[in-house]
Amino acid sequence: MISIENISVRFESFALEDISLELEKSDYLALLGMSGAGKTVLLEVLAGLVKPQTGRIYLEKRDVTDDKIQNRGMGLVYQDLSLFPHMSVFENIAYPLKSKNLGRQGVRERVSELAGETGVLHLLDRSPGTLSGGEAQRVALARTLASDPKILLLDEPLSNLDVKLKAGLRSLLRRIHKSGKTVIHVTHDFMEAATLATKVAIVENGRLIQCGTPDEVFRHPATEFVARFSGIKNLFPCQVLQAKPGTGVREAIVAKKNRISFLGDHHPQDGFLLIPQEDIFVSRQPIDTSAINLFSGLISEAYLAGSGMELVVDTGIEFVVSISRQSYDKLQLKPGEHIWVAFKASAVKFLAG
Amino acid sequence: MLKSWKIRIVFLFFSGFVLLFIIAPLLGMFLNTSVDEYTETLADKQVMQSIRLTLFSSLAGVIIFGIAAIPFSYFLARKSFPGKGLVNGVIDLPVVIPHSAAGIAILGIVSRGSFIGQAGEAVGIQFVGGVAGIVVAMAFVSIPFLINAARDGFEAVPERLEKAALNLGASPFRVFFTVSLPLARRHILTGLTMMWARGLSEFGAVVIIAYHPMVAPVLIWERFTSFGLSYARPVAAVFVVVCLAVFVAMRLLSAEKKGNRV
Repeated sequence: MISIENISVRFESFALEDISLELEKSDYLALLGMSGAGKTVLLEVLAGLVKPQTGRIYLEKRDVTDDKIQNRGMGLVYQDLSLFPHMSVFENIAYPLKSKNLGRQGVRERVSELAGETGVLHLLDRSPGTLSGGEAQRVALARTLASDPKILLLDEPLSNLDVKLKAGLRSLLRRIHKSGKTVIHVTHDFMEAATLATKVAIVENGRLIQCGTPDEVFRHPATEFVARFSGIKNLFPCQVLQAKPGTGVREAIVAKKNRISFLGDHHPQDGFLLIPQEDIFVSRQPIDTSAINLFSGLISEAYLAGSGMELVVDTGIEFVVSISRQSYDKLQLKPGEHIWVAFKASAVKFLAG
Repeated sequence: MLKSWKIRIVFLFFSGFVLLFIIAPLLGMFLNTSVDEYTETLADKQVMQSIRLTLFSSLAGVIIFGIAAIPFSYFLARKSFPGKGLVNGVIDLPVVIPHSAAGIAILGIVSRGSFIGQAGEAVGIQFVGGVAGIVVAMAFVSIPFLINAARDGFEAVPERLEKAALNLGASPFRVFFTVSLPLARRHILTGLTMMWARGLSEFGAVVIIAYHPMVAPVLIWERFTSFGLSYARPVAAVFVVVCLAVFVAMRLLSAEKKGNRV
């Protein structure tokens, strides 16, 4: 569907370096990265608003790199929405339709249809200045959809919205995607990406550092940045020790004296160990399991997280552990209590430093 | 700061002084003119003809040169190029040079011996001593007001709105006419008003290009030098009222509705 090959753009103080991506028609790509990472610039390159110094963009196998902005088939919804303040909501949505020779009645019907789909039918006579954030976002989406883009480019569409509005807009974005639109959605919120995207690409300092399904990226982050960015909490700097011959199990030193076992064939080196919090078990007594990493410590914090609880257990290393509310009550846990934490060597992932 | 009563009094005093400085001479002129003088002046064909000519010439200058000045202002607002500061300085030249010098400069390019003068005569347009010359002189001294206002207006239009319009499939021309121009219209209308008003009041440049046909400022001068203050004052008072009426009407027309601003 769209193929981005080795795109580079250099500004005085910032550069987008060698970005390559491939998307299918059915894809919903979340472009994740911190503010200033270059995500918006990449959207502007795709939309034709910024010319790349090198690289090509192919849309349905056609080179569109040098196509005019208005002929590229990529509809961009800016983060600030850029609704025309001197036009009504109706006129805003009708704007792209006026170059399509639909006739007055045709334009009116299409505007009503799009406004109905995006839930802004009751706002058509209003001025953009009088709309709430969520309403304006829906109008901007309707206006871009009116240009019938092959690819919908969204720049932080859910930022500045409260939780309730976010949920409503998320479901609208899902509907738009299901209706057959390919979507590229820029965000710095990994939860947003995980709940919407079929593919995730992580951008750091103008470079694309990992791309894959959300599960691949979040379960197997390629770098410390990806791991931290995706909200993984048990990520510890470590030093891999020399392997014991014939075991297949490695050991690494964390926080100077704690040894954690993991699987792999890494040479002695510095790096990071990642232990998914849902892969850590807790118990009142040391239990005999296949988990070879066993530590005892005190619960330093316990708080509600989603429908369950999160515990911070200080064993010399601070592990964050997720457990259900039921287990928390059953084990009668509370801050200050002594407990054991265990996890398998296979649950531990090593990231080179 | 203005909450302190001492400072408030000082500021009020200076504000009142400046206001009085502007209003007092004008008020004096109106009050020193009798009702009979007003009536006679309004019935004076030469006066009314010169006022009509002044209004028409200035308006013609605004229309003819405004058509070129607005795209030029957009270009200045959006493009960076070497020497842009110099170009912006050149635009302000007609405001800073003595207007008699401006008249001499214009005369140089529209006189009968010049290319433009000869070309004009070939198609029946007479610049020196003609309405066309008055239009050029008025436009020359007043065009910076339009260019500067329109450029500020275009600069205030977020470029992102234009990019959004392009992205929605509009051609650059359509973007200019449906987004840039409407959003800058308040500044542009102010600029057009200022250009017209400044053109109306021009004397120095006009008198060098065309003493006849007489525009109102030249007629006031002529009445003053030939007959004295009491003959010039009623003409001046009537002309000022006309200028004020035009100015207020244009300001009202260009007044922006709340909520339509960028």
